[in-house]
Amino acid sequence: MMLFDSFLIYPALAGLGVAIAAAPLGCFVVWRRMAYFGDATAHASILGVALALSFEMSIFAGVLIVALLMAATVSTLSNRGYAMDTILGVLAHSALAFGLVAVSFLQGVRIDLMAYLFGEILAVDLLDLTVIWAGALLVLTLLWWRWSALLTATLNPDLAYAADIDPRREQLVLTLALALVVAVAIKVVGVLLIAALLIIPAAAARPFAATPERMALMAAAIGAISALGGLQLAFVFDTPTGPTIVCLAAMLFALSSVTSLLFRGSSA
Amino acid sequence: MSLVTLKDLSIRHSGNPVLTDVNFTIDKGEIVTLVGPNGSGKSTLLRAIIGALRPSSGQVIRAPGLRIGYVPQKLHIDATLPLTVRRFLSLPKRVSNSVAEQALDQAGAGQLAGRQMSRLSGGQFQRVLLARALLCDPQLLILDEATQGLDQPGSASFYQQIETVRQQLGCAVLMVSHELHVVMAASDRVICLNGHICCEGEPEHVASAPEYRALFGTGTQGALALYRHEHNHSHDSDCGHDPQSHKAAE
Repeated sequence: MMLFDSFLIYPALAGLGVAIAAAPLGCFVVWRRMAYFGDATAHASILGVALALSFEMSIFAGVLIVALLMAATVSTLSNRGYAMDTILGVLAHSALAFGLVAVSFLQGVRIDLMAYLFGEILAVDLLDLTVIWAGALLVLTLLWWRWSALLTATLNPDLAYAADIDPRREQLVLTLALALVVAVAIKVVGVLLIAALLIIPAAAARPFAATPERMALMAAAIGAISALGGLQLAFVFDTPTGPTIVCLAAMLFALSSVTSLLFRGSSA
Repeated sequence: MSLVTLKDLSIRHSGNPVLTDVNFTIDKGEIVTLVGPNGSGKSTLLRAIIGALRPSSGQVIRAPGLRIGYVPQKLHIDATLPLTVRRFLSLPKRVSNSVAEQALDQAGAGQLAGRQMSRLSGGQFQRVLLARALLCDPQLLILDEATQGLDQPGSASFYQQIETVRQQLGCAVLMVSHELHVVMAASDRVICLNGHICCEGEPEHVASAPEYRALFGTGTQGALALYRHEHNHSHDSDCGHDPQSHKAAE
């Protein structure tokens, strides 16, 4: 039996690329409790779409710029008297609102807002695919290169300083990687569900991993299964693809949680 | 030359002075203990030495190529981060199994290599942190309230471990502690800090110094009595603390 019809090859490869890049980064998002940060960056990217469309540049570039701006704003505003989740709550939702308003101002451009909010993986062309894989490989290279330093800085900033690692630089590396993932994932799952692709596979992998590396690899595998399986399920049941991918990931998370509960219950 | 020299070090935190004109050196093989009330800048001083804080003025001079082993005050490892003791020791630099085992043995944490960090008891956790600090064969071991959260036998045995380590490695030790009686016994030199250095010297000298008594009052007398039984004199303090308030509580 053929798993994929040939017209599903591009979407499958696109989903795979995003899932594999998002998973290890998602582990850091989980370990560092940056889930809201990921959400805020992703939501802000709709503003990037508006920017890209009004200045006629690529969506990728527009989203990347706004995601980086968002990250800079968050780090500037943090430690200024508001709790982090308050700042992110304000920024995430206002960025989304401003983005939606900005898009409505664009005259003469007919855009399908739904495509950016929930992704449009079936419309991926060769250029999109190239951008997605280039971005994904860049993220993976970045994480591979900084892995030890990132982990040390995640454990404790002072431990990092004592080992001549500047935790602020590592934070910047993560921010950059996050902006890249958001920029490449927008076509696949859309603004609203990018954070899900970061967090759910990592969370599902946690109970079965003994080391950070294994958790990242398992998260990548779970992400890949969700992307490919979700694509196929969406095709079979004629459901929207992005949400179907996330649904499958969520079911894998549920399965992982139940399994680990049972396992722990029997061994205790 | 000294391992670390602080020259007129001042550090401000969002405008407020935390440390003012601190001059300090630590030499090879010395055990120096910092004591001082909460918020007196003890951790700040240590963090300036490891390079985590930039001085507002003054200098931190480290001997060239100085190897520092740092045991942080507390290390919260998020439960979402799976990490074995063995993997932890290889952060950020990969170490061989034999080096890792030797460090664990030296720190009294043998047999723990395969355990998850988040499942360790407080005492085990501190020993693993100590083992990690020993990996670089440190010339200077820095401990920031390393026994916080340990019960009395636990912290006593931890300090014994440090003493053993120092004898084996010959490293200098700089530590912060609130357990005055323990640290006083083991230290070559005690520094009493409260935003600036109030007094310093051998443990007996500091314990009887008026500045020290002004800061800690008589509340520590029972503990200190283990090592020094007579506090029979009192001076007026000239370093800005208010001995009167402590006297009032007597």
